[in-house]
Amino acid sequence: MADVITYREAVAEGIAREMRRDASVVCLGEDIGAAGGVFKTTTGLLTEFGPERVWDTPISEQAIVGAAMGAAMTGMRPVAEIMFSDFLACCWDYLANEIPKVRYMTGGQVTVPLVVRTANGGGLGFGAQHSQATENWALTVPGLKIAAPATPADVIGMMAAAIRSEDPVVFFEHKALLATKGPPPPPGHVVELGRAAVVREGADVTLVALASMVPLALKAADVLSGEGIEAEVVDLRCLVPLDAATVLASLRGTSRLVTVEENPYQGGWGATVVSIVADEGFGLLDAPVRRVAGECVPLPFADALEEQVIPTVEKVVAAVRSLAAY
Amino acid sequence: MTDATGLLARYERMAVIRRTEKAAHDLFLRGLVKGTTHLAAGQEAIAVGASAALRPDDYVFATYRGHHHALARGATPEECLAELMSRATGLCRAKGGSMHLTKAATGMLGSYAIVGSHLPMAVGAAWSARLRGTEQLAVAFFGDGATNIGAFHESLNLAAVWKLPVLFVCENNLYMEYTPIADVTAVPRPAADRAPAHGIPGEVVDGNDVEAVEEAVGRLARRARAGEGPAVLEAETYRHFGHSRADPAAYRPAEEVERWVKHDPLDLARGRLAERGVAEETVTGADERARALVERAVEAARAAEGPDPREALTDVWADGGAAWRT
Ligand SMILES: Cc1ncc(C[n+]2csc(CCOP(=O)(O)OP(=O)(O)O)c2C)c(N)n1
Repeated sequence: MADVITYREAVAEGIAREMRRDASVVCLGEDIGAAGGVFKTTTGLLTEFGPERVWDTPISEQAIVGAAMGAAMTGMRPVAEIMFSDFLACCWDYLANEIPKVRYMTGGQVTVPLVVRTANGGGLGFGAQHSQATENWALTVPGLKIAAPATPADVIGMMAAAIRSEDPVVFFEHKALLATKGPPPPPGHVVELGRAAVVREGADVTLVALASMVPLALKAADVLSGEGIEAEVVDLRCLVPLDAATVLASLRGTSRLVTVEENPYQGGWGATVVSIVADEGFGLLDAPVRRVAGECVPLPFADALEEQVIPTVEKVVAAVRSLAAY
Repeated sequence: MTDATGLLARYERMAVIRRTEKAAHDLFLRGLVKGTTHLAAGQEAIAVGASAALRPDDYVFATYRGHHHALARGATPEECLAELMSRATGLCRAKGGSMHLTKAATGMLGSYAIVGSHLPMAVGAAWSARLRGTEQLAVAFFGDGATNIGAFHESLNLAAVWKLPVLFVCENNLYMEYTPIADVTAVPRPAADRAPAHGIPGEVVDGNDVEAVEEAVGRLARRARAGEGPAVLEAETYRHFGHSRADPAAYRPAEEVERWVKHDPLDLARGRLAERGVAEETVTGADERARALVERAVEAARAAEGPDPREALTDVWADGGAAWRT
């Protein structure tokens, strides 16, 4: 294997590793077979595993996720692709009403071990219906696990954990990260869901980020370091399970908190993190908390406009500066 | 055609369902069943006829009007009534209720309250059966109203292009909630007329004739198991009660009600039994056993304990709990 792998290659590699390991893992989605996925995140799967394990579907989001659900209930481990996370709205019934509730409302009789993968987020100028960061949609529904990796190694490790999970997992692959590169992890690499990573240590402020906001927070940390402010960057990796312990532990060292999220401020996951800190870590704080989040508008098309709306390095730096001076 | 003994057994199962539905209605009116009920009295022949034609390991998916399917598929009146009465001994340990009766152990994979949502699940279960090479069949029972929702069409198309062993059985009881299906549907047979547009056969059967249903389901099931793909069966029937709760169904013309009540599935079967020389006392004996069984079930369910309140926080996740944080 090459000494670097792209995030997009890591998606296919992560799925392939699990398909080799477990014959009950099957994939379905639009254009995922011969075409290798519109983002080339399933390249090579059809060739290696054949059409009985990699299924091209019609444009039928309800049928894709609903059928994955039925298959998961009856012994398979389906990995369903919804092309853009915006389209989750077309099958929202399955994410909001069916998949997360079945184990509960059947008193534990029926379980749904599946993965719904989807390309999430903005930064590529795809416009309002192909650029949303929708991980906060899933966060509103008890019963879904939510993974959003930031590096190729995490894509592979978290894919392994997601596919092996007995619980349903929504797996957000960030479009702006697809071309990024990193070292491929060794065989058997599994990143347990719900374990955040401290990706940069620092004593002055904690930046909590997810997916594409992780490299952005790291860039902001570099700028701040030049000003004498050392930021600790926590990659949350998962929204459910949520690793609040790592956030609180970091805060114990820094006493200042900024969340960096791409989804809109209104109802974004940062609000949940911040409310846990207010509940359980108020005494650790030496300054108010800040949320750098998306603006509450549909995503505009032009780069210059999109930048106004989603977090940038400058916005994170400004938020941290305001706390440092507090 | 079944022999007299077979028909008597089907008759007795229908009588058990009818009595259980009457008991549920009565308990609801007395405030012993919370929420709502959607009774299927009048539609028993579809559940019983179809079940008789299925293998014990086939999968069944039903709607919120699913008491008859649970009972036909092996749930006892006691388990069902206990669930309706919020008892710990209920089918879903009082976490499902009337609209979610489920008995996974006998292939009854659930009752779903979002109209049409379970059709893709049945497609997925059939897909899984094919992937596992088990020759199991999946059957989705749904109302006429469900034929106008997108999931119906997505399911028929996907099942057809993948040639899956799934049967779509529409219980056409002429009404959605309160609106006649004919007022909101451009074709006379809402399910059967649309099947050919998706490349699959659509048949119509007298849904009050238990033997006709069994014959049709058996034939279409053999075809599906032989790899010839899905089929739609539209079973014409009528509900004796209103849509739900205490709906007196005043919107239905008196002549229509009279015509259908005369075409009752139990009366029809009783007539057939007489034609085949079964003595009246034998049939009365079956009625008597059904009455006694349901009476005992009501008593047992009433006497059962309520759920442990701690159960409210179990069964969200595979570890048995509901914690969303690590
Ligand atoms: C998606 C959705 N829309 C509306 C409803 C409200 N609703 C519940 S039952 C029903 C009528 C369904 O009629 P039909 O499919 O014919 O089934 P029946 O009740 O006659 O068995 C409606 C509109 C719902 N549960 N789900």
